[in-house]
Amino acid sequence: MLQIFSSVMDGLLIGLVYGLAAIGLTLIFGVMDVVNLAHGSIIALGMFFLYLFFGAGLHPYLSLVPVAILGFFFGVIVYLIAVKRIISGPPLMSLLSTFSVSMIIIGIGTALWSTSPYNINFKVETYNILGYTVTSARLIAAVAAVLVTFGLYFFLYRTVLGKAVRAVANNREAAELMGIPSQQILAISFGIGTMLAMLSGALIATLFPFTILSGGVYELKSFVASVLGGLGNPTGALLGGIILGLIEGSVAPFIQISWTNVIEFVIFVLILLFFPTGLFGGRK
Amino acid sequence: MKKGWLLLLLVGILGIAQAQTVKIGLTVSKTGKYNVESVNQLNGIKLWQQWINGQGGIPVGGKKYKVELKYYDDESKAERVQQLYSRLISQDKVDFLISPYSSGLTAKAAIISEQYGKVMVATGAASDSIFKLGYENVYQIYTPASRYLTSTVDMLKAADPSLKKIAVVYEDSKFAKAVATSAREYAKKIGFDVVLFEGYPKSTTDFGPIINKIKASGAEALVGGGHYADGATFARQLFEQKVPLKMIALLVAPASDEFAELGDAAYGVVAPSQWEPLVKYQQNCGPSPAQFTEMYKKAYGKVPAYRAAGGFAAGLILQKAMMDAGSIDSAKVRAALDKMDLTIFFGKIKFSTDPKSHGLQLGHEMVQIQWQKKDGKLVKEIVWPTNAKTSDLIYPIR
Repeated sequence: MLQIFSSVMDGLLIGLVYGLAAIGLTLIFGVMDVVNLAHGSIIALGMFFLYLFFGAGLHPYLSLVPVAILGFFFGVIVYLIAVKRIISGPPLMSLLSTFSVSMIIIGIGTALWSTSPYNINFKVETYNILGYTVTSARLIAAVAAVLVTFGLYFFLYRTVLGKAVRAVANNREAAELMGIPSQQILAISFGIGTMLAMLSGALIATLFPFTILSGGVYELKSFVASVLGGLGNPTGALLGGIILGLIEGSVAPFIQISWTNVIEFVIFVLILLFFPTGLFGGRK
Repeated sequence: MKKGWLLLLLVGILGIAQAQTVKIGLTVSKTGKYNVESVNQLNGIKLWQQWINGQGGIPVGGKKYKVELKYYDDESKAERVQQLYSRLISQDKVDFLISPYSSGLTAKAAIISEQYGKVMVATGAASDSIFKLGYENVYQIYTPASRYLTSTVDMLKAADPSLKKIAVVYEDSKFAKAVATSAREYAKKIGFDVVLFEGYPKSTTDFGPIINKIKASGAEALVGGGHYADGATFARQLFEQKVPLKMIALLVAPASDEFAELGDAAYGVVAPSQWEPLVKYQQNCGPSPAQFTEMYKKAYGKVPAYRAAGGFAAGLILQKAMMDAGSIDSAKVRAALDKMDLTIFFGKIKFSTDPKSHGLQLGHEMVQIQWQKKDGKLVKEIVWPTNAKTSDLIYPIR
């Protein structure tokens, strides 16, 4: 019983972080129909940015602030260089273009840091609640993921800029006719998506060791979570992430761990077949 | 004038007769994925060559043979190994062979050495399967994978005869799975109750689900692991989750020095290692562990890793076999290797003579290291076997 409770709790906590990563992916898709294949390498870059600030003496949680700012500007730059000109082209072009960005990031990252694992080594408290052991790092990562999501919602629904983002996502031409500068909005959206990916990467880095190639795993999880929740739907992505975490946690006591991926992707295919717009509906 | 020339010629002929050489051939992965390990191993072999040639060569049947090494780059590729070992034998006419680094490449080289009936000493190759094919000319220096964790289990039994429940958790790779499977069989055989036997995927970073299983199983000790990255992460999360294990033994990761970066999470973790510079074996032949380490440091400016020690040991074993045989004839050297039973700086060496597992290493035992604290600093201590240890095992650790 305790084992199942522990597994479910662990799954929930890590699922929130997966969810945050998935929101970054789904936001970009929702606003501009670009499947960002650089998502994984951007997550990995977030891990290394955190590592650099941490190495410079900043506390890992304080480092999240500069990582977020860097992430935003990095996203805007990637948008201007690699996405802007082809955004109206066929989908394959943006796939190839973002894939190239991914290869560039991984190439530079491998040259700088090699592919060996890095660690954020800081003091982690351990709490024991009725036999369930949880570390402060996991709790804080989950809480941070929730806070960032609230922040995003506040931005999208309560600010003029956020409303403009939603308007562009809904209908770019109509938004332009209303005088919204869509190119700037798209750049900002790509920046925010990238920022969320980097933040989730940074949070993961406080939990697990990482290499420049670690992003791939979380990119896959982001895809699954986004599709579970309905592509383009940020709340759906967060819930998708939680579901993913819960599946990982709750099937573990009953099967060999190596089978977790099989179950995850079987569910993924079933969702695609029976709920093509995800469990919580597509773009909102 | 003419007499002078004749004299010179005579001296020359005598000189050649004096300086006999024995040629030893091998390939080295100077490029490719085994580069670092393989070059380390070569450094050990070269050091042996310098050491023995510095003493005038190997004394065999009243003559002294200088050692000549012949080696090529195999690019860490199996095809190259097969071509090059054929070439070493048929064109370069080497007398004996030393294996390349890694089990995979050694398996290929073994086929060639067997075809030509050349003796090959295998170092850097821990696989059991090479020695289950009925080969007659291949001899293993390393402890085979099937015994990687068995001495760990022995040590646990000696430390706490009352302990029953152990968990075996391993990385889903060929090597780790083979090691874990034989560890489980052995543990059962000597009376442990294996309450959890489970693999985890290669790229695992979140050990949460596994750790929950370990807790639920009620295991009191853990053996397993895989390679560096997963092992380090596993150890860290076991510590953070305060899993009440009395002993944690993991493959590979804790044996490397970077493991100390884990801080408190490294404390108490045990790992099997082929060899450590601090071992205290009483050798019957060749340098002592301390002398070898000193020589190596002088030559290469750093402390030798076990791969380098394995390289030196391969040379030393060939040398001893030639000395025992009193000849460099393959059949006689083979007979000497079959009879060999001795301890060198690398540990005990004895080969299987059973036709079903001929050449498999039986004598050499893994040493167990444990991360302990000395003056507040983490240090690697050797805690097993008792004839090599530098410190007592800390048990239980939590």
